[in-house]
Amino acid sequence: MILLEDVYFAYDGLYTALQGVSLQIDDGERIAIMGSNGAGKTTLVKHLNGLLRPDRGRVILDGVDTKHYSVAELAIQIGLVMQNPDHQLFLDSVEKEIIFSLENLGSSKEEAKERCEQTLNSLGLEGLSERSPFTLSGGERKRVALASVLATEPRVLSLDEPTIGQDARQKEKLAKMLRGLNEKGKAVIVVTHDIEFVIENFPRTVAMANGRIVADGPTNSVLSNNDVLSRCSLTRPQLTETARSLHSIFPEVPERLTLMDDLEKVVVKVLGGG
Amino acid sequence: MTLIEFADFSFKYLGADSLALRKVNLKIEEGEYVVVTGPSGCGKTTLCRAINGLVPQFHRGYIAGNVIVDGKNTRENNVADLAPIAGLVFQQPENQLVTLNVEREIAFGPENLGVEPNEVRRRVEELIDMLDLEHLREKHPHEMSGGEQQRVAIAATLALKPKVLVADEPTSNLDPQSAETILDLIADLNNRDMTVVLVEHRLDLVSKDASRIVLIDKGSIVADGAPRDVLTMDLCQEIGVGIPKATQLYKRLQERGFELGKVPLTGAELATLVQEVTKG
Repeated sequence: MILLEDVYFAYDGLYTALQGVSLQIDDGERIAIMGSNGAGKTTLVKHLNGLLRPDRGRVILDGVDTKHYSVAELAIQIGLVMQNPDHQLFLDSVEKEIIFSLENLGSSKEEAKERCEQTLNSLGLEGLSERSPFTLSGGERKRVALASVLATEPRVLSLDEPTIGQDARQKEKLAKMLRGLNEKGKAVIVVTHDIEFVIENFPRTVAMANGRIVADGPTNSVLSNNDVLSRCSLTRPQLTETARSLHSIFPEVPERLTLMDDLEKVVVKVLGGG
Repeated sequence: MTLIEFADFSFKYLGADSLALRKVNLKIEEGEYVVVTGPSGCGKTTLCRAINGLVPQFHRGYIAGNVIVDGKNTRENNVADLAPIAGLVFQQPENQLVTLNVEREIAFGPENLGVEPNEVRRRVEELIDMLDLEHLREKHPHEMSGGEQQRVAIAATLALKPKVLVADEPTSNLDPQSAETILDLIADLNNRDMTVVLVEHRLDLVSKDASRIVLIDKGSIVADGAPRDVLTMDLCQEIGVGIPKATQLYKRLQERGFELGKVPLTGAELATLVQEVTKG
């Protein structure tokens, strides 16, 4: 379990990025962190694995203040996949990149090789193991960066904007993989602007603005709150937008956040079917 | 008039084992708004680079066929000659901004191309006005939000007076509200006759503005047509392209035997169509 207690952080002691953030992340949760550019989302997740340390307040892992741990010690437990894969990748083949992180955390050669293969398969990268990451597309590079963290099987996985540059199919695969990890008891935290991805896959949403948490709760209620949406520079989900348009003509269609299957049923009724 | 023409164009990056683009034939007319989409790694970015000559002038590799942009063959003209025709905007605006304030940023491109100082000043003022950048005039790019930076990057690109704006996922790093303002700006530029080529995965955001969608898979163009035609093809689902939710709902209703007539691209359009059918 990770606990952030009233965390403050300023870059260069000047640009305040977090202003009193408190957050509890339990084992096995799936949490989305949303908010405008510059709200402090990335700064927050960098505090989880010690890449950044709070100026004030504490980050506590299983009851122990993480100031007692090095980044290397934290990285074994808390994996972070950064937003820009180019900040993470540096070796000249996909396979080397993944084996590097495994061996670094103590795997044997054979073990590393095997786990590398499994991970590449699970992310649809199997054909690319010999390629240099720098000859891959942006979306593929992101998946390689994810693979290098995933292979080490951390118990908490945090991902900064994992859906950027991914097509619908890759997003589905990513979602399936994250759910699979979650079912094995791992906590998954994503920072994202992709509201559809959040609604479909994350039961809890933390909304941020100006270095503060402005809402934290069930995704459905956080993302139905117009005030939260506007303060966090979010737009309404497409399905909510569709439901609202329908509601303005057919009051029997609920205007709240909804899922495709439910909206379909209601519209079929409006059309005189079902 | 045809502004961009790909004729049997194929390209393979040095060291890659498959073609990034294969036998691409594509004609883009002046004033069009073309959205290029397709699975991750399908060749979208390579297509953008081929329009302004970064492929093959900077990214080298095997090449076949030709790309002609505004009458110039990209094999025979260098990027400096092609950049003023095709202005590129990328995903990460901070990688594109090079100076310390907005005015200098906009002036940088034309100054480098030897444009007269008076003309440079005129363009800077025009773009600050047109793109609503007055409040940012004195700001350092690092003090701006991602959306503001992207606005400035677009202004700097437009300062070269390009004939086509080529934007490669320009909003994917932006929060939804900033993304919307940038896409509105691009649609507005197109309304002012700027030709636009936009790479985008999130078709819900751009389909209503686009005049045409080009779908690429494994380096080949697999569909090319009006948004309402392309988005209803089963191919979209087969290759994993996400269509707008309203269009998706329309398809589901169609499968159940409900005909709404026109294909909707937005929730509002869908609601109007449902209203018309139920009245009828």
